Amino acid sequence: MKGKKYEKRQWVGLLFVAPFIIGFLVFKLYPFVMSFNYSFTEFDLFAGAQYVGLENYIKIFTNDRDFYNSLNVTFIYTLISVPLKIAFALFIAGVLTTKIRGINLFRTIYYLPSVLGGSIAVSILWKFLFVKDGLINELLAVIHLGPIDWLGSPDIALYTISMLTVWQFGSSMVLFLAGLKNVPVDLYEAARVDGAGKVRVFFKITLPMISPIILFNLVMQSINALQQFTAAFVITNGGPLKSTYLYGMMLYQQAFEYLNMGYASALSWILFIIIVGLTAIIFKSSSYWTYYEDGGEF
Amino acid sequence: MKSKRVLTYLFLIALGIIMVYPLLFMFFAPFKSNDEILTSISLLPESFSELGLSAYINGWKAAGDETFGVFFKNSFMMVVPTVIFTVLSSSLVAYGFARFKFPFKRILFTLMISAIMLPKTVIIIPSYLLFKDFGWLDTYLPFIVPALFACNSYFIFLFVQFFRGLPKELDEAAIIDGCNVFRVYTKIILPLSKPAMMSAGIFSFIWTYNDFFNSLIYLNSVSKYTVSLGLKMSIDTQGGTIAWNEIMAMSVLAIIPPTMIFFLAQKYFVEGISTSGLKG
Repeated sequence: MKGKKYEKRQWVGLLFVAPFIIGFLVFKLYPFVMSFNYSFTEFDLFAGAQYVGLENYIKIFTNDRDFYNSLNVTFIYTLISVPLKIAFALFIAGVLTTKIRGINLFRTIYYLPSVLGGSIAVSILWKFLFVKDGLINELLAVIHLGPIDWLGSPDIALYTISMLTVWQFGSSMVLFLAGLKNVPVDLYEAARVDGAGKVRVFFKITLPMISPIILFNLVMQSINALQQFTAAFVITNGGPLKSTYLYGMMLYQQAFEYLNMGYASALSWILFIIIVGLTAIIFKSSSYWTYYEDGGEF
Repeated sequence: MKSKRVLTYLFLIALGIIMVYPLLFMFFAPFKSNDEILTSISLLPESFSELGLSAYINGWKAAGDETFGVFFKNSFMMVVPTVIFTVLSSSLVAYGFARFKFPFKRILFTLMISAIMLPKTVIIIPSYLLFKDFGWLDTYLPFIVPALFACNSYFIFLFVQFFRGLPKELDEAAIIDGCNVFRVYTKIILPLSKPAMMSAGIFSFIWTYNDFFNSLIYLNSVSKYTVSLGLKMSIDTQGGTIAWNEIMAMSVLAIIPPTMIFFLAQKYFVEGISTSGLKG
């Protein structure tokens, strides 16, 4: 009797997760497999797919200057924006843990830009702030500096766009705030009794205790940064001189402007492998610098 | 000690000003002439009455035949069903994961978690071709139908974390009282999970509403455009000198819905973020 009830409940569980299974198969797994498949084809929207073997990949690696350029641009963008954003978020979260009045107000203000996130309105605002006769240069003129061609100079434009990402440090900050709150107070007290200084406490106690959150932020933010599209598309359209031609932009153009679906699929698989590789490296290295109270078992 | 506190405050206030100054500037820009926007750094316009709401009125008309009224209506036609379906399907699936044992549960759970990290770019092209075959291009179905099938694992994970915090004894007591599992879910679990539903609803609202990339590739006709696409079109169709005051007017209107939700529902935001590690 009991066995029968258990049996029945098994099916009930599957019934509840059935929407996920269907959705995963149709909208995740199928496209995932097909994208690999398409990467070996020349895909015509009307005639369909023609298999061309490794041709797309060979062309990408030997005969596509944009590929190396945008890979380079994307790495620089990721290397600037992700560590800066995380460091900034952690620093501000640290400042906000000191018991001060009005902390909620500050948290709210710092978080707001993240909420508006990838919206077009914010990208347009950024464009307006940094155009040559825009607000930032007006502000610089007050202190007799500039004007700087923030978006028109190939040396600077990518940094200007990266700053938009850093400005949105609020979501990482909230995660750090939650993590900092969970560090046991007695650890700090013990350290104080032992006479450890502030810097030592930070590196020996705080940092190890929140290292899993750093890991999470690092992985998620890197995956997002490597796929960034909107800011480059709206603010600079990849220019000037393709200095902000992020990988995501190249992919979009190949797939949806030139309609080279097969070629773009190959590009997307190369990016996928880079992302998986990078994530694997971060996770592997993390065993040296993250600390789990429960030993890291999930 | 006291001077240190003052310094901390000064730093936080200075940073706060840097963070919101651009947004405040955007808010007041529509009341200025285009010249004034580009030459003055003061927040407030020289005079509110001079131009009045003309930037709003001109900006609202957008560039083509459609007004922003159409774009806002479209955005909500896309967002509202997506949010409702996302919340319901995600909580349903999460309940299955949180409360039952079933075959392949471990592997399904692992797949669900790894889907969070699956780069969107790798599936976007086949998804586009699939939706094209379904005849869903230029409709909101590419947003709405995946929401029915809990396609954003973030939200499943959020609900799983939340359900784990609800005592199992509740379910068991209700079962003993003769409830079936579906009634337990609808009558006990759902009413208790309001905070999680709010978090998931708010995040999915803001993400779908702000979405640009998917709207860009799936929607072609201007009459179907959402606010994001409308904004992009307004700035594209401007010739040599951009009428920043009109663009800013529409940008202000565009960010009002997410901003209002943010201020009204702050506590759910923080809750959602800290229980599941959602990005913002």
